[in-house]
Amino acid sequence: MSQVNLRRLVKHYDGTPAVRGIDLDIPDKQFVVLVGPSGCGKTTTLRMIAGLEDVTDGEVVIGDAVVNDVPPKDRDIAMVFQNYALYPHMTVHENMSFGLRLKKLPKDEIARRVNNAARILGLSELLNRKPKQLSGGQRQRVAMGRAIVRDPKVFLFDEPLSNLDAKLRVQMRTEIKKIHQKVRTTTVYVTHDQIEAMTLADRVVVMNAGLIEQVGTPHELYHSPATLFVAGFIGSPAMNIMRCGLEETAGALRLRLHGDISLPVPQERVARYRAHAGKERLLLGLRPEHLTEMRSHTLPGQSAVDVSVEVTEPMGMETLVFFSLNGAEVCARTDPTADLQAGKRAQLLADLRYMHLIDEASGRVL
Amino acid sequence: MAAVVGTGQAEHAALRQGSMRRDRRRALYWSYFFLVLFAVFFLTPPIYMFITSLKSSAEVGAVTNPWWVYQPTLENYFALLTSGQYLTFFRNSAIVSLAVVTITMLISIPAAFALSRMRFWGSAALGTGVFLTYLIPETLLFIPLFKIFAFIQDWTGIELMNHYWVLIVIYPTLTVPFCTWIMIGYFASIPKELDEAALIDGAGYLQTLTKIFIPVALPGIIAATIFAFTVSWADFLYPMAFTTSADQLVLPAGIVTTLIRGDVYAWGQIMTAALLGALPPLLIYAFLMDYYIAGLTAGATKG
Repeated sequence: MSQVNLRRLVKHYDGTPAVRGIDLDIPDKQFVVLVGPSGCGKTTTLRMIAGLEDVTDGEVVIGDAVVNDVPPKDRDIAMVFQNYALYPHMTVHENMSFGLRLKKLPKDEIARRVNNAARILGLSELLNRKPKQLSGGQRQRVAMGRAIVRDPKVFLFDEPLSNLDAKLRVQMRTEIKKIHQKVRTTTVYVTHDQIEAMTLADRVVVMNAGLIEQVGTPHELYHSPATLFVAGFIGSPAMNIMRCGLEETAGALRLRLHGDISLPVPQERVARYRAHAGKERLLLGLRPEHLTEMRSHTLPGQSAVDVSVEVTEPMGMETLVFFSLNGAEVCARTDPTADLQAGKRAQLLADLRYMHLIDEASGRVL
Repeated sequence: MAAVVGTGQAEHAALRQGSMRRDRRRALYWSYFFLVLFAVFFLTPPIYMFITSLKSSAEVGAVTNPWWVYQPTLENYFALLTSGQYLTFFRNSAIVSLAVVTITMLISIPAAFALSRMRFWGSAALGTGVFLTYLIPETLLFIPLFKIFAFIQDWTGIELMNHYWVLIVIYPTLTVPFCTWIMIGYFASIPKELDEAALIDGAGYLQTLTKIFIPVALPGIIAATIFAFTVSWADFLYPMAFTTSADQLVLPAGIVTTLIRGDVYAWGQIMTAALLGALPPLLIYAFLMDYYIAGLTAGATKG
């Protein structure tokens, strides 16, 4: 079993906190992605799992053992670095076998493992090349090969795709996913790219300012974010966040956006939000796909909103429409055939069945 | 109208490109001018040495054109290469230089690795301190060194004066700081992830040094080697101060002490001896030039 557990993990750099006490359980064989803005502590957490950073407080458990004081080589982990960190003077074969040779494994065992990894990664033809003769994607693959041959308990990836161009990044993303399906090893993957996190992960850990904001499947994070930070961070284009107040009139709840816009809260949400009726400092979160062009037939929970379109961005399969509402920049995803033009007034449809109501002071989703 | 504007822009662009080319040509002329100037300036002495080395003593003394050889002769070369003394100097120099280079590398490479990679208390100050010691000139050091030698002799009975091997002990005081400093810069340019990858692969400090750092930093190490060799081959002050017997002299001191007797200068032989003595460094530079430049620049940007 090769689960990883972090217990109240803390890291300070000269008194400045980088990780401020996180608890995380990563089950065996799971692909977990740590995601967050730069400086959120995700890389520091990964490096503490690897043993490249000392732990200030708390515990790192790999398998069944606390490894706080175990050197990296004895933790049975393998790491892929952002800049690949290939040994420039060694061939692909030598790069991949370096760790095995240090462990003094028998020659035929080394050859078997290297050839197997090379086959999985499509590197068999390149084993005698030096890193500088390889393309970025090939180097990335060699770095992964170096991890695979060790057959470790845990794979650690530190932003492995950031140095690749956009097209290659998408391609390598799929490859990493395929490799994880073939070589089912517990994986901790760090990225600042939320799309990478969503596409790769079994579970995503969203971090911010040294703390975990939320842990969940990509689906959970997208559809039920726990905090304002997660709501704004996951999803592209980002979720629209608008100031609002909650009013109760005759048993029905209404969101008051500003003077003349007030939207009814769908019936199924009334019970959930009733306790907050009368609050003024609330935020309405609504994803762009829940703000669409007006339709002839509306369902309960959908309301029309009058807006003044500022910019349209035709994307082909959809058209993004931008406008201001209550001081906030708002984005709607509309059908490209809907005739919405910049500078004109238009009526859009807000599907409040998918709304999120956030307490502004605490940042919690209600 | 649009067409007219278009042509105007094209002309403008052509003009600008022309002036750029002119600037570049002017810069090139000036670089060549200075390069030729420096080449002439620095090549004149060796050429003059070569010309003189082909002259007999009589011709050196005669009032003729000093830049021309009227009766070329190899007698100076013959005299030096058959005299046991000159060959002894050469041998002493070779032993001293090779030993100094070896000692320097054995100390500086691990020192630079430790100072650039192992963070320990005072490592930064120590790194700067290493370089500062290099700034103290040998002319200030040789008198205290006499005192130290006398002190060591009093206490241990080991006589350090007038032995060429003592240079093997002294020269590293000049070479180790500078070589360490060059290599700290070079090692610092190696990405940190490389040692972290090695660490995870199971390499200890010594294996990281020998299997990763030394091969990757080879250009820097070669630059440092050349520097250490040049210093120990060419240093003049210490051998003049600390060695006197003919069989203990190294080339720079030997040429001056044995080929100048009183006020009689054997110019032909002095020039020949110096020219032959310059051969080993010359050959080393010629073969390792590319490494040397790569090493210096890499050290320069990160030092």
